[in-house]
Formats: sequence, structure tokens, C-alpha cells
Amino acid sequence: MLRNKMADVFNEPGCATNRAKGEKERKQGCSAKTLTPGAAAGGCAFDGAKIALQPITDAAHLVHGPIACEGNSWDSRNTASSGPSLYRTGFTTDLNELDIIHGGEKKLYRAIKEIVQRHRPPAVFVYLTCVTALTGDDIDAVCKAASERLATPVIPISAPGFAGSKNFGNKLAGHALLDHVIGTVEPEQTTACDINVIGEYNVAGEMWQVTPLFARLGIRVLAPITGDSRYHQVAAAHRARVNMVVCSQAMVSLARAMQERWGIPFFEGSFYGIGDTSAALRTLARMLVERGAEPSLIERTEALIAAEEARAWAALAPYRTRLAGKRVLLYTGGVKSWSVLAALQEIGMTVVGTSVRKSTSEDKQRIKDLMGDDAPMVDQIPAKQMYAMLARGDADILMSGGRTQFVALKTKTPWLDINQERHHGYAGYDGMIALVRQIDTELSNPIWAQVRTPSPWDMPLPARASTAGAQPARAATQG
Amino acid sequence: MTPVVSSGKAATTNPLKQSPALGGAMAFLGIERSLPLLHGSQGCTAFALVLMVRHFREAIPLQTTAMSEISTILGGADNVEAAIGNIYDRAQPRLIGICSTALTETRGEDMAADLRTIRERHPEWRDVLDVVFASTPDYGGSLEEGWGKVVTAVIEALVPQGEVPRALRRVNLLVGSHLTPGDVEELADFVHGMGLDAVVLPDLSGSLDGHVPDRHITTSLGGTRLDAIAGMGSAVLTLAVGAQMEGAAEALQRRTGVPYRMFDHVTGLAATDAFASALIEAGGEPSPRLKRERSRLLDAMLDGHFAFSGKRCAIAAEPDLLLALSEFIAAMGASVGAAITPVAAPHLSRVPTASVVIGDIDDLEQGATGCHLVLSNSHAREAASRLGLPLFRVGFPVFDRLGGPQRVSVGYRGTRRLIFDLANLFLEQAGDTQGAHEAPPAEAAEKHRHAQAQVG
Repeated sequence: MLRNKMADVFNEPGCATNRAKGEKERKQGCSAKTLTPGAAAGGCAFDGAKIALQPITDAAHLVHGPIACEGNSWDSRNTASSGPSLYRTGFTTDLNELDIIHGGEKKLYRAIKEIVQRHRPPAVFVYLTCVTALTGDDIDAVCKAASERLATPVIPISAPGFAGSKNFGNKLAGHALLDHVIGTVEPEQTTACDINVIGEYNVAGEMWQVTPLFARLGIRVLAPITGDSRYHQVAAAHRARVNMVVCSQAMVSLARAMQERWGIPFFEGSFYGIGDTSAALRTLARMLVERGAEPSLIERTEALIAAEEARAWAALAPYRTRLAGKRVLLYTGGVKSWSVLAALQEIGMTVVGTSVRKSTSEDKQRIKDLMGDDAPMVDQIPAKQMYAMLARGDADILMSGGRTQFVALKTKTPWLDINQERHHGYAGYDGMIALVRQIDTELSNPIWAQVRTPSPWDMPLPARASTAGAQPARAATQG
Repeated sequence: MTPVVSSGKAATTNPLKQSPALGGAMAFLGIERSLPLLHGSQGCTAFALVLMVRHFREAIPLQTTAMSEISTILGGADNVEAAIGNIYDRAQPRLIGICSTALTETRGEDMAADLRTIRERHPEWRDVLDVVFASTPDYGGSLEEGWGKVVTAVIEALVPQGEVPRALRRVNLLVGSHLTPGDVEELADFVHGMGLDAVVLPDLSGSLDGHVPDRHITTSLGGTRLDAIAGMGSAVLTLAVGAQMEGAAEALQRRTGVPYRMFDHVTGLAATDAFASALIEAGGEPSPRLKRERSRLLDAMLDGHFAFSGKRCAIAAEPDLLLALSEFIAAMGASVGAAITPVAAPHLSRVPTASVVIGDIDDLEQGATGCHLVLSNSHAREAASRLGLPLFRVGFPVFDRLGGPQRVSVGYRGTRRLIFDLANLFLEQAGDTQGAHEAPPAEAAEKHRHAQAQVG
């Protein structure tokens, strides 16, 4: 069954990568690239599904498996809520040996019942894991029975870790929303300017850097899918006029299915970078007007864009002199490989490399448009090689995720977190200003000069102070 | 005998437990030039890795056999072989430490036989690479359990069978996962302070103490040397700290005849004195400095006990750490109002409290009413904040404060540190600005105001 689902999920005409493939390659699906034992990194499908759904803040998220899946991972995703906090509670059936021998279905049902009786959530999401998939616990049946008896939607998420990568888990989560959630509730009211934002998880409150812009234009987010959402919002998402897909690769199939089923047009956009934020707003306005919104929305959007861009560039101007010529190694993937490029270039920074590990051919073209054909696109950089690059001083700052943080720090190189565990939001116009401010703060920290000073026992003797070797010592006392 | 009861919930809520495989991998990181490998799906490794990175603030070498649905059904020996080859080619570790997960154990594999076959097929690894396997399924036990099993497996694989001549001033120190890298270093110093040498296993103080190496290292950054492990049979005594280490100490005695002494922990005066006595029996002689440290601890107890008196603490930690902290707190004149631990263990009956609950952080939150302080890992921070109580961060993981792995609370010096830290929290809570026992309690002022208001 899982196998059929996987084939179904891989068949994605809305995905640019998939369209570019031949018939045979397409059949293999996007995680056909099997993982290499002993040289693999990254999360599993369960992780991806949880990332995509956990931001539904008023729902309970229950992991059905032994302790590792939830015990080692809960309380790690920095997605913000404006209200309910139940999503932050880690629920798991924490199966022991006997549960596995006898089957975990009864314990699962009891766990769901406990959660519903104690917390009264609008819905419970139940996540299958490798072990319960292997032992054949029928979570679909348990969830169905629980939904009926407890009068609460209980949604099975069949994305066990061994099914594939994190990205694949994102997709499976999108499919589960289609199968069980979206379209099950009608919104209390609708407007001509209702949109869904798909694939934005409100990490570090990034969604909130954009929603004020929407509000000024009279655009309402009917359902964030899923950052800072409520269950009933997602359930009523089928009444939106336009879907915007933010994290393009993972969730585009959800948007395409919503187009087929409910006729909601979608586009892929980004809120990283000034130009991209403007482009997203512009596209949104145009598409909403095409679907019957007040035509003046377009003019109002243009006025907002002009004012916001002018304000953003003015705010960035002081950094131009401070950051011009500083060299950045951008080690992320997908949208971010190009969307922050423009802003970095605009303030005069030199991008010495941008990784395209998870980027599509369209992403790569965007990089070329910005940086020319000889753009320094890099694939995966092994830690050893990255250490050598940074130790050599090939870059003044590394912008990456937590995984490479200590590679940078151990070479005494400034580092900025731009992936999902970060604590600063970088979306929209204000987000870009915040990003540049963070780069400047990190680069100008006084510790860098200090930690690069040789230790006293590696210092040349004072008698030899006139030789070139004494240079660092003198620089250090001055700095 | 303290009763140990289960919370009885089907839904573990805000887990206190981490997986045994994570504990096992952590133990392997305390051995020089090692690289742990989790035999499971890649998520098993990713979660354990991220949590350890957050706690230690270090890059953590940890690999995966990347099991898929199909390789799980067909058996994972091919993946294990490929993983060992890839790891060896890329990182050249001296030791690859394999921990199984619930995934591969549920399917059921004969890893010992598989490994023998793999080793026969690869004579090129014979003299350059050790491979140690420990069975650490997630459905049995917790972090401590995995740690203990790995140390036992390391001893069984790397310490030669048979008695060897004893080195007179040498002891073995087997340390449990409830000791931080800072604690391990403190205990090693303690042994040196007795004029003895110790082989410490595993030794996180050499690998995860937080330092800047001068080059990129793709294996563990330090730890117990393999030749030191092989020589553990030449010690006069093994001191094992934490009930989780008993299996390892027994295995070592079985193989080499080296007798062992068990210590639940080395926190507090009585526990440290017991540890010191064992070292003296083994031929140690305390240095003047060590004697001075004991005297300083006595002074800290005299100064600090006022702050502890009448305080109630809620503790949620793995069994060995729970016992260590509970005994310390009781010995200072405070009480343990709630004691939560994720798994059952025989020695929990010795925790000085009304009853021990096998449960989670939700049980801590329910049970901590009326307490003055919460001691647990970072996961308890929201529960503590809802309770309006300060959280003293202990155990694993501590990711929202710096220095968790460097905290020292063993030996005379570490116990003194712990007294000061906790006493200061109690004093701050009492709003004390005068000195340890001079401020009138806030409740009295409140009652006074209340009484006055009723009269008026």
C-alpha cells in the first residue's frame, strides 16, 4: 500500500524537476537515488512529515513507535504559534518490547483516547514509524475507529522513516492533508482576497514578517499550510482563491491537487529577498484580481511595493560601506540558494559559493541570471573540504544550517544560521534587513581577532619582534 | 524501600527518555579515533546526531546504515558491510562502534554472525580497524542502558581474556552516562590526587570537553586510548560509578580477574568519602590538596545547609542521576517531593522520597506542586515555567544554556560547586538580600498583611 502511495506521490506533473525527466527516470521517483550506508546525512520521511504538520498548533501530534522517534526529536523545531501550544507537547506510545510482540494497536487507541479526553484537541495526527510499519499495526483502522468513537478527527500519517528522505515525508504529509483534512470543513465566511500559503512553517515567526504586508493590502490568509495554523483553517483551505507555494519542491503536489479538485490556481514564490517578496506580492495581486478581486488591488500593491522597497534599501544603505567586498559562502539549498543572493550582491558582498544540493534546474537558472554563467555553484561540500576552505580563509562568513556550524567555528570563521533551527526570521522586507544586520553583527564581533591570536607559547620571542613573524601579536594588541 | 510506580499512561507526554542507541553512540564517542554507527534508518542517526550537537555544541561523528523498507525485510548485513567500508575509506577510524535500533532488532538479525562473515571477507581491516557491536533496541531501556551495554561490549571485544601482572598504582574507572565530561575529568584528577593512575572508560573529557583542535578530525576528538583499554587487566581495582556500569565491571572481572567496587555516584560527602576510602585501600594516599578540598566542602555544607532546610525539590532524570541528586539533596536537609524516571531499575528503591514514578515530564509537572525547585534536562523548561519554579538543568540534553557538559558535581570540589549553585537558587527565590538565613520568609509577610487587612 505504501508502495502504491509512493508511486502516486512521485507522479508529479506540477514539479519542474519531474517534468524535466525522461519517462523511465520519472518512474523511479525522486528518492531513487538510494542512500549510501556510512555516508548518508539528513532526516527520514517521518521527520519530514512531522516538520510539515506539527505547525498545526491546536492539534495533538502522536508518534506511534518506540522511544527514539519522538524521545530523541521532540522539542527541536522552532516554529512559532500566536495562540495554542498543544503542538509543542510531545506525545508518543513509547512502545516497549511486549507492545511490539503483542502489537501496538490497543495501546495506540488508548493513547488517542487519553489525549482526546484530557486535551480536547480539534484533531489528532498519528504518525506511523518504521517499527510499527514493520510489525504491521493498522493505524488507518485504529484512527478510523477512534475518529468515530471519540467524535474527533484522528488522521493517520503513513510516513515511516525508512520510506525515504525528509523531503519525501513532506510530500506524504501533503497527501495526507488532501486525503483527510482539506475540504472537510466550510469556512465561516470567505472574501475575494483569501489565499493559502503552502510550505511556510513560521520558523522563528517568519510568517509574521509577511502577514502585516498582506493585511495592508486586504489579503487574508485563509489557511497557512501549516505555519501557525489552526486545524479548522487547514480543513477549510479549499475555499481560497489563490495558493502560494513557498517551499516549492516539497509541497507543489498539494497545490496542484488543490487546483485539480477545487480549481484553485497556484504559483511558486518566495519571501526571501527584496525582489522576490515584491514579485510574490505582485503575482498574488494579479491572480486574485483574475479571480474576481477588486482591480484596484494591483495599484495598491504597486504602491506598497514601491514604498517598502525604498524603505528597505534605505535601511540597507548604511551596511553597504561596512560589508562591501566581504566574501560569503552560502551553504543552503533550494530557494535560498538564489533568493538571498540578490540582496547580498546589492549591498556589495561577494558570494564565493552557493550550494545547489537541493535546487532544481530553475533554481540554478535564477542563480545564473544573477551571477552570470560562471556563477560559483557548488554541490555537497564534504566537511573535511569545507574545513580546508574556511581554514584557508576562502570566505569571511559561512551562512548555513546547524550541521556545518562547528566546521565554521572550529576554523574561527564567522557563521550565520539560515536554516530551520534559527532564532531570527529573515522573510519579507524586514527580514532581509534583519539578515544583513545579523551578518554585520557577526562579522564585526570583536572575538574574531582575539581567537585568531597565537597563544603566548606560539608567539615569537620579544627579541625577534622586529621580524615579520611578530605581525599578528602587534595587530592583536592594537585590535 | 521506596515504592516504584508506573504512571500508567498509554500516551507518554513530553518524553524524558532518550533511546539506548543514542546513549550507546555517546559512549563510543569517549574512545579515541572511534566512529559510532547506528544500524537503522537514516532518521535514527539524524535525530540522535542533532540532539547531541545541541547538547555538546560540537560536530558529532555519527553514521547510519541507511536502512530502507526493502533492506530491512531482506536483512541489513549488506548495508552494514557497505557502511563499514565507506566509513573506513572516508574517515579512517580505529574503531567503528555499531549500535542496533528497534528497526533492525524487531526484524531480528544475527549481527555477531554477520560481522564475523564481513570481517572474513575483509582481511585488509584486520590490523587497522576494530568493530564492536552492541544490541541497543529503542524498546528496551533508555540512554543509560545503551551506554552501559556499549561499555560492556567494548570490554568484551577489546580486553584480552586472562590474568596479567598487576601494575601497583593503577586502577580502572568505569563512568556512567550520568557523569558529564567535566565530572569525568574531576574524578580522574581525584584519583591522581591519591597518587594513583586511572584508565577511564569511556572518557568524554578527552573528546567532548569543548576545545578547538588544530585540524579537522572526522572521528571522535579524543577519549580512552585503545591500548589503554587492552591493558585494563593490569589494574589492581576497578571503580565503577553508576549501577549502569555493573555489567561492564563484571565483564572486566570475568575476563581479567580485576576485582571491582560499585558506587552509585560520587556526589555528596558520604559518597565521595566512600570513593576515597576505596582508593586508599587500593594503595592511594590523599594529597594535601585533596584533604583541603574535603575541608572546604565541610565549610560549604555548614554555610549552605540553611538554604536547603525545608526546601522540596522535584527531580526528573534517568535512574542513576536521579539517585545521585536525590541522595545529595536529602543529605543537605532538603527533601525530594517528586522523583520521576523514564525506566524501572532495582536501585530506584533507594531513592529517598515517598515514591518514584516511572513516567515523563508531564508526570513531573503534575507531581511538582508544592516544590521549590525542579531539577531536570532542558525539555522540562516549559513545565517549570508553567509551575513558576526555577529549573536547574542537569543530565541530557541541556541545549538552552551553555556549559551543561562542563558542569562538575562530583568529588569534594564538585559537590561544593553544586551546594553553592542550588543554595543560590533557593536564596534568590526567597528574595533574600541579607544573608543565608536572616530574611523573614515572604509567606510570613503575606500572612501579616492578610491579618491586618481582616482587622481593618
